[in-house]
Amino acid sequence: MRPAQLDLARYTVRLDAETDFSGWRDAARRLALNKVRPDDISWHVEPGSNQTDLPDVPAGVQLVVPRDFVEHAEIAFCYSDPGRFAFLYRLLWRLRTEPKLLSIASDPDIRRLETMEKAVRRDIHKMRAFVRFRKIGDGDEERYVAWFEPDHFIVERNSAFFVRRFTGMRWTILTPHASADWDGDRLAIGPGAVKGDAPAQDDTEALWRTYFESIFNPARLKVKAMQKEMPKKYWRNLPEASLIPDLIAGADKAAKDMIARMPTTPAPYHARLQAKHWPKNEPAEALEDQAANTISELREAAKGCRRCPLWRDATQTVFGEGPDGAKVIFVGEQPGDQEDLAGKPFVGPAGKVFDAILDDAEVDRQKVYVTNAVKHFKFEPRGKRRIHSKPNAGEVQACRWWIDKEFELIKPNLAVALGATAALSLLGKAIPVTKMRGQVIEREDGLRVFITIHPSFILRIQEPADKEAERQRFLQDMKQVKRLMAA
Amino acid sequence: MCALTVREKLAILSDAAKYDASCASSGAAKKDSLKSGGIGSTEGMGICHSYAPDGRCISLLKILLTNFCIYDCSYCINRSSSNVRRARFTVDEVVKLTMDFYRRNYIEGLFLSSGVIRSPDETMGEMVEVARRLRLEEKFSGYIHLKTIPESSAELVEKAGLYADRLSINVELPTDEGVKRLAPEKKPETIRLSMARLRQKMEEKAEPTLRTKKRERFAPGGQSTQMIVGADSTTDDGILHTSARLYGSYHLRRVYYSAFSPIPDSSSSLPLQKPPLMREHRLYQADWLMRFYGFSQPEILAGSSDGMLDLAIDPKLAWALRNRGRFPVDINRADREALLRVPGLGTKVIAKILETRRHRRLRLEDIGRLCQSIAKLRPFIVAEGWSPGALTDKAGLRGKIVRSCEQLSLF
Repeated sequence: MRPAQLDLARYTVRLDAETDFSGWRDAARRLALNKVRPDDISWHVEPGSNQTDLPDVPAGVQLVVPRDFVEHAEIAFCYSDPGRFAFLYRLLWRLRTEPKLLSIASDPDIRRLETMEKAVRRDIHKMRAFVRFRKIGDGDEERYVAWFEPDHFIVERNSAFFVRRFTGMRWTILTPHASADWDGDRLAIGPGAVKGDAPAQDDTEALWRTYFESIFNPARLKVKAMQKEMPKKYWRNLPEASLIPDLIAGADKAAKDMIARMPTTPAPYHARLQAKHWPKNEPAEALEDQAANTISELREAAKGCRRCPLWRDATQTVFGEGPDGAKVIFVGEQPGDQEDLAGKPFVGPAGKVFDAILDDAEVDRQKVYVTNAVKHFKFEPRGKRRIHSKPNAGEVQACRWWIDKEFELIKPNLAVALGATAALSLLGKAIPVTKMRGQVIEREDGLRVFITIHPSFILRIQEPADKEAERQRFLQDMKQVKRLMAA
Repeated sequence: MCALTVREKLAILSDAAKYDASCASSGAAKKDSLKSGGIGSTEGMGICHSYAPDGRCISLLKILLTNFCIYDCSYCINRSSSNVRRARFTVDEVVKLTMDFYRRNYIEGLFLSSGVIRSPDETMGEMVEVARRLRLEEKFSGYIHLKTIPESSAELVEKAGLYADRLSINVELPTDEGVKRLAPEKKPETIRLSMARLRQKMEEKAEPTLRTKKRERFAPGGQSTQMIVGADSTTDDGILHTSARLYGSYHLRRVYYSAFSPIPDSSSSLPLQKPPLMREHRLYQADWLMRFYGFSQPEILAGSSDGMLDLAIDPKLAWALRNRGRFPVDINRADREALLRVPGLGTKVIAKILETRRHRRLRLEDIGRLCQSIAKLRPFIVAEGWSPGALTDKAGLRGKIVRSCEQLSLF
């Protein structure tokens, strides 16, 4: 019963239930369109009141509010403060003249709305987290029942979540204000209940408590952090919570014991496992210094290359590929993102352009070996991308160890330097590639080196016509390479 | 040896799993049981169903299939030379435990890891079988995170990705030298290659197939990893460098930092001390700066003397104090990138500032209403009616901010 009071308000709204949003909405629409000021209304919950004394909506007018107001209001409506009905009406009232109000995050009313919504959302989230079902019955009679005490009127709003999650189960969630029941087919919202209506225990809780105790690390005690997320008010309905005081009390000693305990001698099976799985006679480290007689031996040796620091950030060494008896070796700059992952040269975007042009030039792939001047990917991480960085002269020099050996073993009659880094590696000095493009330089050891650009250069050109022109030039270069291979 | 009960096994095999920091159940694709009539859902945001007194959330049933292991990694409680009690779950037992816990709403799903027994493929095969049974026989749509054994075969990894929401491979330590010293049987090269293959697989499966035009499922929650902090001498700068490399190279969703914790029956080669929890916390903050605040890794500690994060103040404030020339920033005019650099402003508050200032100019007290503490932020911003003047460049600024934050937290 309401206390006797002097009700000065012109209008009294009687809502059907704490969660009667549509009743509030209907009343608010009627009152706002009749220009009834917030101060002139008092709001109450009176189940079954069937109110008929509110003013009608005047003909031909409509109440326009921002679309998201209703969403905000519906959530804030769950907030368990009797003042919420009047507060939301005040917001509605202000929105008539301040249509942008919801965007003014610093406005005190908007702050309050946000605080209410946040509290409701948190309560909804905590209900999803802390409801604990107990099983009763078996087989066809199997049911799961929980007792939960939310802070706000959220059972109705939250039930759909439990339906989506526990579709294949028959369950009931009891709370003081309302209950939700799912029979595997239909959701029913019913009246509130008391704790005694829910089952008192479930055998699986012993396992859950065991898990809770064991997963706790006493060396990392942070009680405040726990309580911030799992406030004490929830503890009485959590089967694991009664363990907490003892775990806290024993933590310091448990942690100190772990530190103080002397390392023990390994059990006998340790030696057996070591002998069986990790025999100590691997000569792997020395591999690089042995003379490799084939490209595959050389590739194997290069896997552990530490001749410059680039291996640290790269995934793997990307070695050259092609037949041992290739007539020509194409040398690029360094592997890119895709090559680094795949462990193969020229498989990324530039590699695809290169492949297509070699095909157009009808270069016989059986006579082609492709490799890079530097065999590890050098990059700067930028979020989820890796930005290619140019290898420096020291890194190029370090990697010549491998390039030289590739040439020694394959003995091609032509090398193609794709870009400046490749030219630097092959010729031992920096040359202006664009100026010398298309030229053949003969090294002291007699190797002919054909100079051209790196195919990634084509990719970087934005203008389609220029791009196509550049592609054509590169195609001409490759046709010349084909002629030189025959010579 | 008498047979252990499920409860005894659970005690051993969850104790054995607790040093893995990852417990996230977020980032999975939306799925529920309405159509299948089964059990389980994932809706983007994970749910923490309980909290242990160590402040860590309990979201998943985090267990090992077995803690028998042929590896001897000195930081690990399950290393072959440890005298810890050993146990092994059957596939049936893990499936039943997961379903029993999930039906009672204790957990979001399963995080299954394992010691390696006999061969990597055999162990991985059993883990995949658990996931397969959960998905196909139990019609389970909750979260599954499988720890992937780097040496296991490509087919098993493919199957793992089909059933699991997330896969992870631990890099264990920030440097290869550290791994070689403390985990002599582990191969850092293999770990990198496995992460590279996971990224390739995820990218391959993200493309619709030619025949069905549908995307095949492969670990929609992505991959993650964990690094142990404080077991070797790597600086924070070095650790963050490794993280940046991992994010860039393998598109990890998360790198977890786990303060090295003393373990029962520990090895003599490791520091016996309390875990450096504050350092772990600062690393997470710095990690956030790289992922959400537009910081590149080298800037975070550029200009610091020892490559270590300041334990007393957060890394953004420390950066701002070293880079005062970039401040003050005008709250009413600066772009989002500049606002992200202001100490004390988070991404959510910045979104609100940007929205609100389209309609009105913001004063210092408006900002005060939007964020938790103005003390940290005042020297670095200009607002309507507020300019910090010489405050930004004042010599004792760090101490002043630290003191005012302490006072606030005492209240």
